[in-house]
Amino acid sequence: MADYTKMWKSLGIDIENHNALLAGLGQAYTDIFLSQKNRPEGMKYFDFVMSEVHGLRIKEIVDAKAEGRKVIGSYCVFVPEELVLAVDGVAIGLCAGAELGFEAAEALLPRNTCSLIKSMFGFKLGKLCPYVESCDVIVGENTCDGKKKAYEIFRPLVKDLYVMDLPQTKSETGRMVLKEEYRKFIAKLEKESGKKITVQSLRKGIEIVNAKRKAMIRLAAVRAADPAPISGLDALLINQVFFHDDPVRFTDSVNKLCDELEQRVKDHKGVFPKGTTRVIVSGCPMAVPNWKLPMIIETSNAVIVGEESCVGERGTRWLTDIKGNTVEELLDAITDRYFNVDCAVFTPNPSRVSHVKDMVKKLHADGVIHYSLQFCQPYIIESGPVEKELEKSHIPTLRLETDYSQEDAGQLKTRIEAFNERLKKK
Amino acid sequence: MRYAGIDIGSRTVKLAVIEDGRLVLSRKSATSHNPLGIAHELMEGVDYDRLTATGYGRHLIKGHLDCPVVSEITAFVRGSRFFSNDCESILDIGGQDTKAISLDKDGNLCKFEMNDRCAAGTGRFLEVMATVLGFTLEEFSLAALSAKRAEKINSMCTVFAESEVVSLVTQGADRNEVALGIHKAIISRAAGLLKRVAPSGKIFFAGGVALNGCARSLLEQETDRPVFVPPDPQIVGAVGAALVASENS
Ligand code: SF4
Ligand code: SF4
Repeated sequence: MADYTKMWKSLGIDIENHNALLAGLGQAYTDIFLSQKNRPEGMKYFDFVMSEVHGLRIKEIVDAKAEGRKVIGSYCVFVPEELVLAVDGVAIGLCAGAELGFEAAEALLPRNTCSLIKSMFGFKLGKLCPYVESCDVIVGENTCDGKKKAYEIFRPLVKDLYVMDLPQTKSETGRMVLKEEYRKFIAKLEKESGKKITVQSLRKGIEIVNAKRKAMIRLAAVRAADPAPISGLDALLINQVFFHDDPVRFTDSVNKLCDELEQRVKDHKGVFPKGTTRVIVSGCPMAVPNWKLPMIIETSNAVIVGEESCVGERGTRWLTDIKGNTVEELLDAITDRYFNVDCAVFTPNPSRVSHVKDMVKKLHADGVIHYSLQFCQPYIIESGPVEKELEKSHIPTLRLETDYSQEDAGQLKTRIEAFNERLKKK
Repeated sequence: MRYAGIDIGSRTVKLAVIEDGRLVLSRKSATSHNPLGIAHELMEGVDYDRLTATGYGRHLIKGHLDCPVVSEITAFVRGSRFFSNDCESILDIGGQDTKAISLDKDGNLCKFEMNDRCAAGTGRFLEVMATVLGFTLEEFSLAALSAKRAEKINSMCTVFAESEVVSLVTQGADRNEVALGIHKAIISRAAGLLKRVAPSGKIFFAGGVALNGCARSLLEQETDRPVFVPPDPQIVGAVGAALVASENS
């Protein structure tokens, strides 16, 4: 990697903290990803992206800013990338997946806060993340109570926090709320960028994002094969890179990878032997570099064949209808698309479990591992009914609750091995 | 053929050898700071054709003894069937973990749960409390059994419970009643875990805490279900691992 110190300094990054972060990240990446066997050639692109995650990509973002484009960061899949692209902005996902800066975070937040929120504060307070530091606007969204109250404390820490409200029910009023929030967001984007959203620009934005999602849907589909053509770790990584790479280049690379994977399937080649136990991971989002659980699963004689998660199918599986002829009609289509997202903050939320069941069938999974971050009420509370419903349909389910620390790795390994032994026997 | 199983627990290492479907040897020793050395000591002069490791330290031993591993959960499931063929659930309270397991009619694993992270409600918890009260482990159980009523222990965190016990004693509470209170606290917690996973049927009680007579009778009272304790409840995991070794041959 070239020397980016100057660029980082200009963004206000704490160089010492940041060096430590990069060193740790590099080591973890080597141990977890590069050590895998039979990896597809197409992963080279993603290895490169990861090696330059705070380098080249940030330079691109800094260059885009110099051209007057606005950088919009967000923490949730409810913030439509289509709208950001329609004002020629750069959209980046900011969710942080590492236990960094937690002490500083805990000075502002209760200790019993989920790791996702603590990490969001930790990255900001530790001046660690060049993505966060390069944002012109950060969009918060009122999903769970944890996040919505945390944004109140987060506001003074960042340059411009824009908070969007979200409905909690899938009702007609709920849909209206969402649409109005998106309308307000458009106004904010137009003001920030000085550009007006037109039918053409919005269509173009939708097309770019649709293409990106289609590539992810294609990737999800090839994983139905046995032997699995790609590891769950690699697939998760792609789902994570989805949030910060340039969308067009990303789409291209995923499609190229899929060409290779489809060929592998024809040749009956895979990353694990045929007949390896297959699991789906369902639950909370897994932001970079939160790889603990998938790593343990895939070193315990099982392969992950799908992620029912916002960093996974919950974030990618629907496309936006492009037929509309006015901005209003396209906005309706966007609202419809996002209104499908079955996050646990909705009540009730039956479509999520039926989607998990569909995935199990489509991907020929043997069981489901339900992952909740500690203190995440929506997902932990929903995990009970999800487990019941799945077991009722004879889908073995293991519920796990964990955080970003490594201290429970041994316990998790015991649970996961036992679960895999249960699945293998069937 | 002789099949061996070794269970490297956080407190005790256990070894079992099975031949012609019979348990022909079992040994155990405290884990200490050197579990690998203890394992080697236990295995000295033991003759076997196949070995499988289980327990907390199974991956540690795997590289050194070149043997397959199996999780404790599966090992307990197999081991329990060796001693009893009609238990529908297993409660294992070990040195560091509590596990609750439910079985189907054929003795296959259905569901399981483990305590989270800390030592609350495990054998370690009992050990610490016995020491605070100045009992050996054997005296501790007998003292609790002799009490007519129990002092209420509110905290399940080992550190907080320790100070709670100290302050009860300095306020003049009866030592035996405090002992009973401690037993009640851990058993009601373990029973809660068990009820969630396996709500009915005979309970197979394994792990070091099953040696404790007070814990055993409290478990019966608390769940209102029959409780079966094998002759040596600490050896169940090792026997299960030996059975897994025999199945894989
Ligand atoms: S889990 Fe809910 S709140 Fe979190 S990113 Fe997904 S949709 Fe947003
Ligand atoms: S993990 Fe759960 S509690 Fe944390 S931000 Fe996401 S939804 Fe909220």
